[in-house]
This record gives sequence, C-alpha cells and structure tokens, in this order.
Amino acid sequence: MIPENLAGRRIAITGSTGFLGTALVERLLRSAPGCELVLIVRPGRRGADRRVERDILRNDAFNNLRTQLGADGFAEMTSRRITAVAGDVTSDGLGLDAEGLAALASSDIVIHSAAVVSFDSPLDQAVEVNLLGPVRVVETLVSLGVTPHLVTVSTCYVAGSRRGRAPEEPVDASAFFVDVDWRGEVDAARRIRLDTETESRTPGNLKGFRSEAHGELGAAGIPSLAAKTEQLRCRWVDEKMAAAGVARATSLGFPDAYAFTKALGEIAVAESAGDVPISVVRPAIIESAHSEPSPGWIRGFRMAEPVIISYARGLLKEFPGVPEGTVDVIPVDFVVAAICAVAARGPLGPDEGADIVQVASGSVNPLQYGHLVDMVREWFTEHPIYDEMGQPITVPQWSFPGRGRVRKQLQRAARTLDRAQKVFEVLPVRGRQAEVGARLEEQRELIGRAEGYVDLYGAYAECEAVYGLEHLLGLWDSLDDADQATFGFDPRVIDWSRYVPDVHLPSVVKAGRVPMRPPARGGESRSERLRRQVLAPERQLVAFDLENTLIASNVVASYAWLGSRHLRGRDRARFVAHLVAEAPTLLSLDKKDRSDFLRHFYRRYEGAPVDQIAEDSMEQFSELILAKSFPAGIRRVRQHKALGHRTVLITGALDFVVEPFRPLFDDIVSAELGVVDGAYDGRMTAVPPTGEARYQALADHAELHGLDLRESVAYADSASDLPMLEAVGFPVAVNPETRLASIARKRGWLVEDFRQSPGMRRSVLPLAPAGSASR
Amino acid sequence: MSNGRHLAPRPGFVLDVDRNSPPIVFHHGEGFRLEKLPPGRSRVIYPAEPLEGLADPDGAIRHALDNPLGDSEPLRALLHSDMKLTIAFDDISLPLPPMRRPDIRQRVIEAVLDLAAEAGVDDVHLIAALAVHRRMTEDELRHAVGDRVYDAFAPDGRLYNHDAEDPDGMVVLGETPHGEDVQFSRRAAESDLVVYVNINLVAMDGGHKSTATGLSGYTSLRHHHNVHTMSNSRSFMDQKNSALHASNWRMGKVLKDAGVKIFQIETTVNNDTFGRQGPMALLQKREWEWSTRDRMQFLAMKAGLDLMPTGAKRKAFSSWQAPYALTSVQAGEIEAVHEVTTANVYRQQLVAVEGQTDILTMGLPYICPYNVNSIMNPILVMCLGLGYFFNLYRGRPLVREGGVLILSHPTPWEFHPVHHPSYIDFFEQVLADTTDPAEIERKYEKQFAEDEWYIHLYRNSYAYHGVHPFYMWYWGTHALEHLGRVIIVGGDPAAVRRMGFQPASSLQDALEMASDVVGPQPTITHMKNPPILMADVT
Repeated sequence: MIPENLAGRRIAITGSTGFLGTALVERLLRSAPGCELVLIVRPGRRGADRRVERDILRNDAFNNLRTQLGADGFAEMTSRRITAVAGDVTSDGLGLDAEGLAALASSDIVIHSAAVVSFDSPLDQAVEVNLLGPVRVVETLVSLGVTPHLVTVSTCYVAGSRRGRAPEEPVDASAFFVDVDWRGEVDAARRIRLDTETESRTPGNLKGFRSEAHGELGAAGIPSLAAKTEQLRCRWVDEKMAAAGVARATSLGFPDAYAFTKALGEIAVAESAGDVPISVVRPAIIESAHSEPSPGWIRGFRMAEPVIISYARGLLKEFPGVPEGTVDVIPVDFVVAAICAVAARGPLGPDEGADIVQVASGSVNPLQYGHLVDMVREWFTEHPIYDEMGQPITVPQWSFPGRGRVRKQLQRAARTLDRAQKVFEVLPVRGRQAEVGARLEEQRELIGRAEGYVDLYGAYAECEAVYGLEHLLGLWDSLDDADQATFGFDPRVIDWSRYVPDVHLPSVVKAGRVPMRPPARGGESRSERLRRQVLAPERQLVAFDLENTLIASNVVASYAWLGSRHLRGRDRARFVAHLVAEAPTLLSLDKKDRSDFLRHFYRRYEGAPVDQIAEDSMEQFSELILAKSFPAGIRRVRQHKALGHRTVLITGALDFVVEPFRPLFDDIVSAELGVVDGAYDGRMTAVPPTGEARYQALADHAELHGLDLRESVAYADSASDLPMLEAVGFPVAVNPETRLASIARKRGWLVEDFRQSPGMRRSVLPLAPAGSASR
Repeated sequence: MSNGRHLAPRPGFVLDVDRNSPPIVFHHGEGFRLEKLPPGRSRVIYPAEPLEGLADPDGAIRHALDNPLGDSEPLRALLHSDMKLTIAFDDISLPLPPMRRPDIRQRVIEAVLDLAAEAGVDDVHLIAALAVHRRMTEDELRHAVGDRVYDAFAPDGRLYNHDAEDPDGMVVLGETPHGEDVQFSRRAAESDLVVYVNINLVAMDGGHKSTATGLSGYTSLRHHHNVHTMSNSRSFMDQKNSALHASNWRMGKVLKDAGVKIFQIETTVNNDTFGRQGPMALLQKREWEWSTRDRMQFLAMKAGLDLMPTGAKRKAFSSWQAPYALTSVQAGEIEAVHEVTTANVYRQQLVAVEGQTDILTMGLPYICPYNVNSIMNPILVMCLGLGYFFNLYRGRPLVREGGVLILSHPTPWEFHPVHHPSYIDFFEQVLADTTDPAEIERKYEKQFAEDEWYIHLYRNSYAYHGVHPFYMWYWGTHALEHLGRVIIVGGDPAAVRRMGFQPASSLQDALEMASDVVGPQPTITHMKNPPILMADVT
C-alpha cells in the first residue's frame, strides 16, 4: 500500500544530506518507485544539483540501487525523479527562489528532517535550525497558500529528562512541561549571541586571546598571531553559546539544547500551521542500519560512536550510567520506514488524536545499558584497536559510576596533562623530545573531548524515560504484509545481541577509521611517503631556515665567536661575563619578537671593520658553523639542488656569517648591516627575514622566478616560521620545538630529525680558540 | 727498564704463543683490549725497538745539503739571488702521531732558508704539499715549520697550503707514455728550484711521489689513485711491486723533462712512537717483559679510559706527540736519495716472517694519516686496516689468499663534519648502494670529485677533497680481493655492516666466525703495529 499511496506524489524533503535524510531519499527512490522528490539543500559553492550529486547520490547507501540499475539507468532515474532546489531553513521563506517556491508549492508531502543534531551546538544555532526551521517551513507553505501533508522529524527527548512513561502526546500536553514562550526564547538566544560577541571583544578578553595565540604560536609575527587570535575569539564565543544552550535546557528539564529546541519547535510549528496538516515523527537515538540499505550502514560520526571509540582507545575508563537503565537506540532504517508509513497514510483527522509517532525501542524491546557495555567490551577484547606502536589496546572494565565521579577522574587527568604540557612548553626541547610534548597535547585534547562526551551523553545514559509506542505499533498493525516486508519498523524484532556486535560495532570502527590491525611492516611509512613527495622532481622552490634547521648554532654564538677571536686574557673574560649577564634579557626579547631582538643584538657590531669580519667569518664558518652543522640537512639541500629545485636560504643571520654557504644555495636572503667608512654601523639596512617577513621574502622570490609556492617546500624549526611553512605546499618541520612539533603533528607535516655529527663536542658559549688569531 | 738507551736496540721478533704467553695488548681506537691468543697455532709479530737517533740532527742536515746524492750539486750552489725558490713540505698526515717540537720539517726548512738568505734569495714560497688532503690550520702549520718561519712568511702570503682546485694555480706539464696527465702547482713549475722537505714514515712515502702527488691535483691523481693501480700494487709499500710507485716515477720523469728542477731532502725517523717513558711507553714493550708496576699501570689506564667519554678520550689521545728521533737525512737527486731513504725505513721496520697465516689479526690505533686532530670514521678504519696495515708487507701478504682479517676498533658511526663532509655522504649514499671499489669508481667518483660544494669546502674550509673517501676505499682494493672475510671486533655493528664486514663482540667470537671460512684449528698471526713494522714474508 505504501508504494501505491506514494505513487504519483511529489515529496519535498529538507535535511536530505544528513544521516536520516540520505537513508530516506534512498528508500523512497528504491521502494516507492512512483514518487518524485524535491530536495531542498543548501547550495554551497557548487549549487544544489552538484550538491545532491556529490553529497547524497554518491553515498554508499545507493550502491544497491546503482548496481541494480547500472550507472546509466541510475543517472536517468535520479534525474527524472529528483528536483534539486537551493534553500536554507535558517532563512525566511527558506531562501527559495521563484522556481524553488513553485516546486515546493507543487509538493503533496513535505518531510522536514533538517536539524542540528550535535548536542554541543551553540544555543542560537540550535534555535535557528531546530526551533525556527520547521516554523519557517509551515510559514512558507501558508504564504504559498498550499496545504501539503507536513511530516516533521523531532526526537523522543522532547519529553525532557524524566523517569517513567513518556507517551506520544504533544509536548505541552505533558504535566511536566514548564510553559515558556518560544518567541521569548528565540529573542533571548539572539540576545545572548550579541552579548557574548560583545563580551568577547572587551580589551581584557582580547588580550587573553592574544596571549593564548602567542602561547600557541610563539613569535610567529603579527599577521599570524592576529589570525590565530580571531580564531580563538570565535571559538570562545561558540563555546560560551554552547554552554548557554546546555544551561538553558537543563534549567527547563531538558538534557541539552537539541531536545530543548526541538520541543519548542514542536509547539511553535503547531501554532503557526494554519491549515497545514502536520504529523510529528519522534525517533530516539538513531544508529546504524539494521538491514536497509545494507546492515550497518551509517553516515557521519554520530552520537554514541565517539564514546564507544574513546572507550576502545582506553581513553574513557568509565562512563556514567546505571547498568539496569535503558539505552533507547533505534536503527535508522526503522525510522525511515516509519516516516514513509506516516507519509503514505496521510495526516490524521482532527478527531483522531495527536498526530505523533515515536520510533523507539525502550518500552517494547529494551537494550539495557549494562548489556550494551558488556557487548562492547567483549567485542573490543576480540577486535582490539591498535596504538601507534602497533600494540593492541586493552579495554577497561566499567563500574557504572555516577557522572560526577567520572568527571572528577577526567578532570584530574586533564590537570596532570595540563601541568606536563606547561612544563614542556617552557623547556627548550627540540626534535624527538618536543614530539613527546606534542603527544601530551594530543592526549590532553582527547581527554577534553572525553569530558565533553561525559557531560553531554551522560544525560542520555542516565535518562530513564520510557517512550510510549502505541501509535507506532498501531501504524504497524495497519500495514499489509507486503508493506511490513518492505518497510519494517517493528522494534520488537531487533535482536540486540546480534545487532550490536555483528552490525553496529563493525560499522562504527569502520566509520571512525580506527586502526584494527597492527601497522603492516615493510610498507612505506607515512614519513617515507611524505619525504618522497618532498623530494619529487616536480617540486620547484625549496626554502631553508638556518638556525636549528641546518646548524645547531645561532646569532649569539656567531657574535660570541667573532667578538672573542681577537681578545685575550682579561678582555676575553670581560667579554664573556658581559654576554652571560645579558643572556636572560636577550632570551626574553627573542621570545617576544625575533626582529626586535635582532635589531637590538646586531647593534653590537657597530664599528666592526668589514675586512676583518670577512676574514674571520670564513674561519668561523669552519670552526663554528660547519662544526655544528647537521650533515643530513646539508645533504638534503644538495639533494634538492641535484633534483633541479631552486634552493634558497632565508635567515635572520647576517650576510657575512652565511656568505660561505653561497655555493650550497641558488640564493641567500639574510640580514645586512649598513657600512660607514669600512666599518659596520650596527643598523640593519632592511627588515630582517623573520616571521611574516620570511614568508614575504619567500613569496617575492617565488614571484621573481615564476615559481609556484604550492609546489614548493620549506624547512624550518620553529613556530615563528609558520607563515613561511603555511605558505608552501610541502612544509617540513626540522627538529621542531614543542609548539611546532604539535602543529606539525596535527597537520600531518613531514618532521625531520637532523642532528649534529656524533662525536662533536658541544659548548654553551662558543668562543674562538684563545689566541690562535691574535698571536 | 730492560731496553734503556745504553743497550743496543733489538730487532723485530716473532713470538710463538704457548700456554705461558701472557695476553697481548691490542690497539682499539682510543683504548686497548687484552687478548689471549690460542696457544700452539698463534704467533705475534713485534716491531723492532727504536733505533738510536742521530746525535746532531742539525749538523746532519747541513751535511746532507752540502753533500748531495746522485746527479746534484750542493744546495748552496743551486741558490742565487734573483731566483724563484719554492720549498714544499709534507703535510699534517706525516709523521704519525705528530712529533714533538721541533718538527723535522722546521729543522730542515730553517737550514734551507739559512742557505737561501746567504745567497740573497728573496723570492721564496713555502707550500704545504697536501694534494687533495685538507688544508692545515695555522696551529698545525706553526707546529710543522716553527713560529719563526711562520711569522716571517705567512702574514704576507708566502707560506700557504697547496690548492689543487685553483684554476690559476695549477698547470698541466705533459703526459707520460702511459697517457697520464701530469698536473702540477704553477708556482712550483715556474720556480727555478723546488726544494722538497719530506718525512719518510713508511716505504710508500717520498721519492717522486712527494712532488708528483703532493703538488698535483685530481687531474693527475686519478691516473694512479684508482682501483686498477691498487689492484696491481702488491704491495704499494713495496716499491718494486707497486703500480702506484711506477706511475709516480713516470710522472717524475715528465716533471724533469718539463724543466722542473727538484732538490729532494728526505728524512727518516725511528720507531719511538710512544716514548720510552710516560703513560704510553708500555705499548712499546713486549708483554712478557712487563713488570708488576707496568701491569698495574696498564690496568689503571684501561679502567680510566673505559670511564672517559669519547670526546675526552679523543682529546687526550690526540694531544700525544711522539718523541721521534731523526735516523737519517739525505738530499740531492730524487731517485738516488730515495734509495738510501728506503733502506733506512727498512732498517727500522722490516721484520722477517716465515710463511703465511690463515687468520691475520690487528689492533687499529686511534690515528691514521687522515684524522689528525679529527675523528677516525669508519671509512678511515677500513683504509687503515685493509689499506695501510694489510699492505705493510714485502714478498707476499701475511695472510693467505682466502684467509680472514680480524680488526679490532670501535668503528663508531661518527664523522668530523668539517674535515670529512664528503665521507659522510660517501658512507650514507655510496656504501648504502655498493661496497665494490670498481663499481663505486665507475658510478660515483667523477660526481664527487667535481662537486662544487666539496671543492668550495676543500679550498676555503678544512675539508678533504670530495674524491678523497674514494681513494680511502680504493686503498683497500688489494685486501678486498685477497681476503675471504673481514671481521671487526668491538665495532659499531651498523657501521661495520654498512662496509660489508662482519661485526663481532669479542675476539673469541671473531675466531669462531673466521673458522667458517678457513676451517677448524686455523693458524693465527697478530701484527703488533704500531710502532710500525713491515713484514718481510718468505
């Protein structure tokens, strides 16, 4: 009956790019061959048609259909039956153009499934989509003067956090509903957004963001810091808005902003409906498909999955919840089938009671929390996730503590990691040690995420409401055998002991892309692959930083060497004492701004004779610079050159110091001092190439030689080189300090560990050998 | 002391190891190993004790300059005021270890300069004849020629290092009948007289090689520093059987025919490498003659060295300067001079040995010609063992064909980034591909030799030429062809394997491994060197 009832009907759908929406489109195309679809999608950059093609029809949900029809048949069928319309439920009039409005007006059924399902979305965003979205749909229909059957997808959790029965009745019919005016809530959410935006711009907060950006990037130059600061501000506003959402929702007895806004949405849409007949479908927690389009089919990384994966990674040692409690899970295909049945049945008459169908399992076929946890643990014991060393991770046993205790455990772990991370940030470590710091940061982020899960999903795990299914089961009984075979949604048939381990978990780990087997040996490792890309002949320009990238030395060491070369005895001692006394000032200046530091430091070359310095620099090159060079780094420069790449050294060091490197590079960009009467005047003739100026030097060089930065490589060691590293297609972090190590790790950059030749002695302050040049 | 100055020095000696023989001291880089050799089938070759030095070295030098050998006038007769005089001298690779001041070169050069001053010669240049070795530092030059000479000539650029890559400073003087280009220092070629000041530490040194190699460059060197020559020099320490020697002699003739006049001054030193007194004196004594005090001292030294970090050990060892004494000095025409010189080298170093052995063992010391004030990297370990020490024979190799060579050296994967940049790349790139000298020569030599960066570092920094690590590897060609297996005891396993050798953690393990190749109960010969000995194998 369902296919017949839908045949010749035109069905408009919002939210078709989502998990539920995609499954719905697939099912209608496959099982209701007589219907036509109008898909209202946000057009994005590519336009609605392309979006439908890329983001819906290419999904593996359509594999069966595509195989059945063949590629051409599939294309023909979809182009015949689908009309893609650009629209957006957050705009008034749904943002539809005349054509779009006409398509909507000609529809017999409208299924509204667009929603912000993420539980930590900012309050105002949830309000705009979940509350106002359906209101805008009916308002548009009313203004078009049409009355198609509107099926809105809501959630069981509109019943709020409560114990006991939650029947299929209107939200405001419940005795537990706290009556609030939805328009007032809309205004409040928008106001909170404005207030928060304002608050984020107070000088104190802006200063905070800036110092946080500085902490993360170091002396990366003003433009990079500015971009980072703004990014942090936006993130801060979003976090505040999410917190405001949770706060407002819990204050009214809802687990989160999602359930809260959905609940008000149901009320609002009923108020605005006019003559438009409305059916509400309320699913519980939607999870992977039971059998359609294929067992385990899932789209996106959803509700319970992050929790399950965190557990399997050994990250989440505990999760709140009562073992006897019910986790109300429903496979996506059941929800889709129920929606189809409701749409085919048509709206209920005014005397037929509330037109609300809940799609859940808890009241008729409960999945107990304890049972679920046992199955998850058993499954991951048999199919462990592997850590980066290739060892299987052992999953912990849960003791079902309260939410408070879990949160405390996580907070303790977070604090410990915070402290360790702080220590690492100030330690002058590089290379391998710095990567430990980067890993700490990663752990800290994972813990942070786990904290979030506990806060958000804990409410659900602790929810003990039981959702009534009278309407659903009544609908089920009204179907004929053919419909029951094609559109199954009877939750009583689910065998949890089979569904969880055989269907759901394999699909969760697949969607989560977690390593389920130890890394294959012998194959090309990630860094080998990256290195191959970096050393591919088609690369064009290769930029190198000098200090700590090619040599373990710095401008202070150079100065100490050059300055002490002609000093003896007491003068020499005084020179050393002076430099050592200044070290703290110099270090802090260098941390703040590299070019200020260089400007300040290079003053001391004032009066140095040019000829003498040139001669001494050549000696210094052998005794200090080459002696502290990284042979693998130098070899890398030569490799690039041999491959025909253009190599350029970009350094804040002085020209005479790096002059002996000339034959190694095609070009050298360095700092230069002015000369007066054959002696240096201690002032730089131009802005030294550090931070964004280094990026600029690279960009200028690329432009001058007509080279493409996206096909170029940059080697550097510090977060202050970020502008340069970010500008090229193939950045390489060499012996990175902690900050850069963590950035490189996150972004998947090649990290090289170039070292000094073993056996060379290290000295804190390199001085020229006493007297060799002054005898 | 059993071998005090008043006693006549004893010649070299071959000990047959029996049950009562004490453990033998093996050199092992900047350290030592005490090894017990299997009795009944092992023998140890000891070098001769140091010959007496000349009582009046300066007098002997003056006498040699006034009484030249061969077809040559006395030096003073060759000097005149309006001439161009070039004094070339051996570089940092000689002698080993560096000798105490005054260096012989200083004595000889001062004597030559005295005569030049008497004759009123103004145009004098002094050149460190280092071919493609690294440049000598100021300190090293001062040590070799003395402060007086350095201060008089260096500041205005009349004392300097040879630069084989200076396009204006080098000239090709002709070709030998074998088609070998003879490239030479332009200054030396254009001088009225070249005086060469040599220290003839081993039999390969000196003669025409001093100038034909020392003052030339890659254009010439490639004709004799190659796999073919090395394979046909058996050994390169034995002039009569050395293709290397023959090529240098042919080139010497071309130089002579081109009108280059050379007055050759050659010197030999005794075997007093570690001194008769002091911390290293033990290394010159035969183990069964050690006193209780010697034993205690050795154990204390070994314990101390084991505790020291590598850098400190390296520094301690490289500060050692040998109290070498001059045993002969002769001057005049190159070939006549060199014959006498070679006889004097043999007088000190030759030890008669009867018959070959299945397994040859050697303890390699901390120094070789190319790591003075530097790091003995794995390639230099190979060169010292399979090049220098293996070839220190006359007649036939100490070890039979197909036999096993066991070296003892820590062989760390360490390189001096200033002195040996091309070695690092040779080790990382070339040896990772192949260890076969002929293939290496064919595939990689030209590329390294002509590399702009290596040339830059050779000319302006203190780097061995880009081609130098190849020569080090070629030096071992004859040994590689001759031997069935090479095992390094106590070496860094990765570095040892990279070179195609086998690592062993103890001599016992190494002997076990060797018996796979040479069969059970093999004969073993240990070459106790340095002080330097040359085996005269019959």
